[in-house]
Amino acid sequence: MVLFIILAISAVAAALGMLFSRNAVHSALFLVLNFAIVAALYLTLNAPFIAMVQITVYAGAIIVLFLFVIMLLGAEQLRGVAGDGGVWQRWLAGGLTAVLLISFASILFQGNAITPASAAGVIDTSPAALGLRLFEAYVFPFEVTGVLLLAAIIGVVVLSISKKRGQQ
Amino acid sequence: MTPGQIALRALIVGFIIAFAVITGFAYTTLLERKLLARLQARIGPNRAGYIPIPRRGGGKERKLLAGFMQPAADAVKLFFKEDPQPTMVDSWVYNLAPMLAVIPAVVILAVIPWAGKINIFGAVFEPYFAIAPGLNVAVMFFLAITSIGVYGVALAGWASNSKYAVLGGIRASAQMISYELALGMSVLVPIMIADSMDLGVIVEAQRGGWFIFLQPLAAFVFFVGALAELQRAPFDLLEAEQELSAGYTVEYAGMRFGMFFLAEYMKMISFSALTAVFFLGGYRGPFVDQVPALGFVYIILKIFILLCVMIWVRASLPRLRYDQLMSFGWKVLLPISVLNFLLTAIFIVLAQEGFLF
Repeated sequence: MVLFIILAISAVAAALGMLFSRNAVHSALFLVLNFAIVAALYLTLNAPFIAMVQITVYAGAIIVLFLFVIMLLGAEQLRGVAGDGGVWQRWLAGGLTAVLLISFASILFQGNAITPASAAGVIDTSPAALGLRLFEAYVFPFEVTGVLLLAAIIGVVVLSISKKRGQQ
Repeated sequence: MTPGQIALRALIVGFIIAFAVITGFAYTTLLERKLLARLQARIGPNRAGYIPIPRRGGGKERKLLAGFMQPAADAVKLFFKEDPQPTMVDSWVYNLAPMLAVIPAVVILAVIPWAGKINIFGAVFEPYFAIAPGLNVAVMFFLAITSIGVYGVALAGWASNSKYAVLGGIRASAQMISYELALGMSVLVPIMIADSMDLGVIVEAQRGGWFIFLQPLAAFVFFVGALAELQRAPFDLLEAEQELSAGYTVEYAGMRFGMFFLAEYMKMISFSALTAVFFLGGYRGPFVDQVPALGFVYIILKIFILLCVMIWVRASLPRLRYDQLMSFGWKVLLPISVLNFLLTAIFIVLAQEGFLF
């Protein structure tokens, strides 16, 4: 429990740091920190495989791409806060945050969300057990995700090819 | 054992292993300089420290192990060097980057098994001797930490506010991301054969024969991928002197540069250890079942041989061009490893279903 409180506070602090830092690279680094802490939270929930995948995919691949884009475009410094349509964006963001908070609070006060999953008995979280679940019970969602990712990859290849021809 | 005892033991073992590997790092630099010198018909560092052996009948004394204090001299030099910080750098990230480079190099040591089940002064280490023994996601841990390793390099390049450094950093990150795929694919093969992601189980699965004989292609891809991840020759073009002066380390001096150096050599040691674990039988060798302490000797011997091979490769092969590097990674290594993976999977299924043998 103590561990959870420490991790939760530092996760929130990292998220706030990401939001409030003026430098895009610093923001990306705070986001990495946040992902790492969330991975540690998964570890405390007895889900080591998800924790490792979280670090590999999010911290190791996605944020690296973010950093690449930031570095290559040289868009580190944030200019003035309000761009076009800044005012209604703020109202929208505020409204959505309120909706999110209310839904969280309602789940919390119903009380059944807090019981940890491990109370239902010890779950086998080894990679082998996870793989069996994935390829037996959840094989259809898995395949759909695979097709989606493949479509994205093919899209990227097609787009980059047509761009090269356009340059020539 | 209670969780507290497990944590305490991991702390103590971790301390010992980290210090052993840092000493190993110091002497790996000396090994590299000496061996490179010999391969290039030079002598190498031979001034700092020697054991004098007097010659019979007077005359000049013989100098044994000349140069063995060189790492200490290097460390002292690095610590006392002026450490200027360029004016326009992003100070936070500039100071953070060397640490982000060292941390993955140290953390990766946690999963390496150094010996089998062993009894040291009454403390029984089972199922094997490691900082975190019996981790069933050890291979995932290795891949996760490897993917984190990009940050130190990329951020060092960006924060230095120097064109050479940025180019070096971006080159290095693109290279590391590209070769990670082939590396991950080649690691899947030992996992499939051993039927586990636990490094100890993978080592024990090589009781009948090392995986390098069963899967020479996967071993080759892993070793080449490791060289690329480590930014070792012939893939060291992020520090191509002619083009980038020194790549991402160009604005670093003193011990901050030393930390990048430390990270590189510690990663050399840990990747050698992992190559040994995945393909060369790890701590296994003759009589290791009777005398478990021999495991330390075997794995250190294998690490030493692999380090020598890495240095040998550096002395023999010229540096690749950037497009050669990318096309080799994406068009040769990755298809080879995917094909090898597929064939191995089909083979294993056929063997399990009884169509073979």
